[in-house]
Amino acid sequence: MTTMTIKGPIEGYLQMEPSVSVEGDVATIDCQSIYYKYVNEAVRRCFADGVKTVKLINVNGQRYIGTGIKGKDLRIEVHGTPGQDMAMLMDGPTVEVYGNAQDGVGNTMNAGTVIVHGSAGDVLGYGMRGGRVFIKGDVGYRVGIHMKAYEDLRPIMVCGGKARDFFGEYMAGGLLVLLGMESRLEGPLVGGYVGTGMHGGEIVLRGEVEPWQVGKECGIFTATEEEMAALRPLLDEYCSAVGFDVDEVMSVPFTRLVPISHRPYGKLYTYL
Amino acid sequence: MCGLMGICDQSGALMSGENAIKAMAVQRDRGNGLGGGYAGYGIYPEFPDHFCFHMMYHDVKAKEEAEAVFDRYFTVDLAEPMPTRAVKGITDAPLLWRYFLQPDPHKLADSEMTAEDFVVHMVMLVNSSIDGAFVASSGKNMGAFKGVGFPEEIGHYYLLEEYEGHTWVGHNRFPTNTPGWWGGAHPFTLLDWSIVHNGEISSYGINSRYLEQFGYKCTLGTDTEVAAYLFDLMLRRHKLPLELACKALASPLWSEIDRMPEAEQAVMRSLRAVYGPGMLNGPFAIVLGFNGGMVALNDRIKLRPLVAARQGSIMMVASEESAMREVLTAPDEVWAPKAGEPVIARIEGMDWPIHGDLHLSASEVSCAVTGVDACDVETVEVS
Repeated sequence: MTTMTIKGPIEGYLQMEPSVSVEGDVATIDCQSIYYKYVNEAVRRCFADGVKTVKLINVNGQRYIGTGIKGKDLRIEVHGTPGQDMAMLMDGPTVEVYGNAQDGVGNTMNAGTVIVHGSAGDVLGYGMRGGRVFIKGDVGYRVGIHMKAYEDLRPIMVCGGKARDFFGEYMAGGLLVLLGMESRLEGPLVGGYVGTGMHGGEIVLRGEVEPWQVGKECGIFTATEEEMAALRPLLDEYCSAVGFDVDEVMSVPFTRLVPISHRPYGKLYTYL
Repeated sequence: MCGLMGICDQSGALMSGENAIKAMAVQRDRGNGLGGGYAGYGIYPEFPDHFCFHMMYHDVKAKEEAEAVFDRYFTVDLAEPMPTRAVKGITDAPLLWRYFLQPDPHKLADSEMTAEDFVVHMVMLVNSSIDGAFVASSGKNMGAFKGVGFPEEIGHYYLLEEYEGHTWVGHNRFPTNTPGWWGGAHPFTLLDWSIVHNGEISSYGINSRYLEQFGYKCTLGTDTEVAAYLFDLMLRRHKLPLELACKALASPLWSEIDRMPEAEQAVMRSLRAVYGPGMLNGPFAIVLGFNGGMVALNDRIKLRPLVAARQGSIMMVASEESAMREVLTAPDEVWAPKAGEPVIARIEGMDWPIHGDLHLSASEVSCAVTGVDACDVETVEVS
């Protein structure tokens, strides 16, 4: 051993209530080293007490931020790096992240808005069934896997950077947009297996894809002027949220991927 | 689900094991308290040329039997109990000892092996034939510290903050298919190699049968063990370039190979043909530590998370970005590596134990494996 200085044990997350300060209807919670359970309980308590905006500062790795929270006029600001499954099953609030997000953002989300002013990880919007997720930067693998729609619920995800393989895999509904505006990833706009097993919804890509990148279950089309016009309000809103120029975004042709069958595997594993 | 980390200061500067503990503590919920562990490199500067055996014994009888083997085949220059402290949550620890030793010159000469092969042979012998004795690590100027508990508890238990190393790997275990026991915690090591792994190696059966042909015995009951031995086989014994070894473990899909330039296709087809039984199937993110650096690698379709960051000369990888941000105050860059593409940290000025760089033709790969020297074909560069 090189040194023999005895220090105290290094703590992991602290199992304690975070400090909360409230001004009007805005609460600030210092999450420094606080275990996620106590952070999320404090957030819920704030909303129950009539707070409309919760600012989480010094966030690092705390999971499930915004998970399961209901209410349309509620807002959570995340300063730092939130942990896994942020906004999972969320039903209405807005979560805005000033930093990068990890994996599983918007897992089975029902309603509300997530804005990430950075990059995000893998499996975003898994089984998402409503609401919107706006990511400014790059995203990972399996983004938008099995997004779905139900009656008037239509989930929307817009990613400003590039994406890896399995984008929109098994997609069953909703809208998945990839822009490639700002990226630190080498290689094409999106990886392979895009829309593999897709049987509902649509994928819109700024630019082109090679046929090998796209699953057999998708048709590849160039977006028409009418389709671009229909997309414009969403892109307007996205660009003003993350700070892109909408005209620059719309300055190149877009590609649309839509399923060619609603039951691509209808004849697999069944007797005819 | 498991969590992992690796950190390497490529300038060779030493850092406290506290960094490894901090990175694992943030990822606490990736495990369930049934396994945590670390490996540190450069931690024993007093004994840089001795093999250091970190041992786990279930009882005194196992210790006596193992020590008889050490006394017979090695010169033991220091034997001592592992320094530990009492930590809440850590119970049922085995007897933990460490030995700084060198192969007995006569026994080594009689064996007609290299010192490294001799040590590998002895590790396999102890693990497979002495009931209740397990070698946790056996490299030079490095050691593995592992057991049953959460990783921050295990780190405190072994007083890891008092060690200083240039490279650290750490692991948080959530056992799924195999028991959570002290010897089954990560990292898995052999000589200088240490492996931490998140995922499951579905090809364990074929991998372990393949490794048996080369004298490796899988005795620890956890799939990750095969990854440590496969790296030893390919990098040390077959002298395969690191990049190709990574391509053998996480082979590109055939459809990807079909889209490669012709010369690269030939390399990849040869590699898959020669090392087919060494391919790791199933989801994995792994970090390989060694004296000289660190390599992180994902399975080819990214079925487990892995992120990387660089801050000056420090390279870091982890399952979650928050683990890196806990240690690095202002990373220059943070990125998600592409599936199947290794993230490599090399320590400046330190001998790179891995031979050559990636300029091999298909036949050179075969030559490297068969031990034939004459390879006179054009070189190709693999991206």
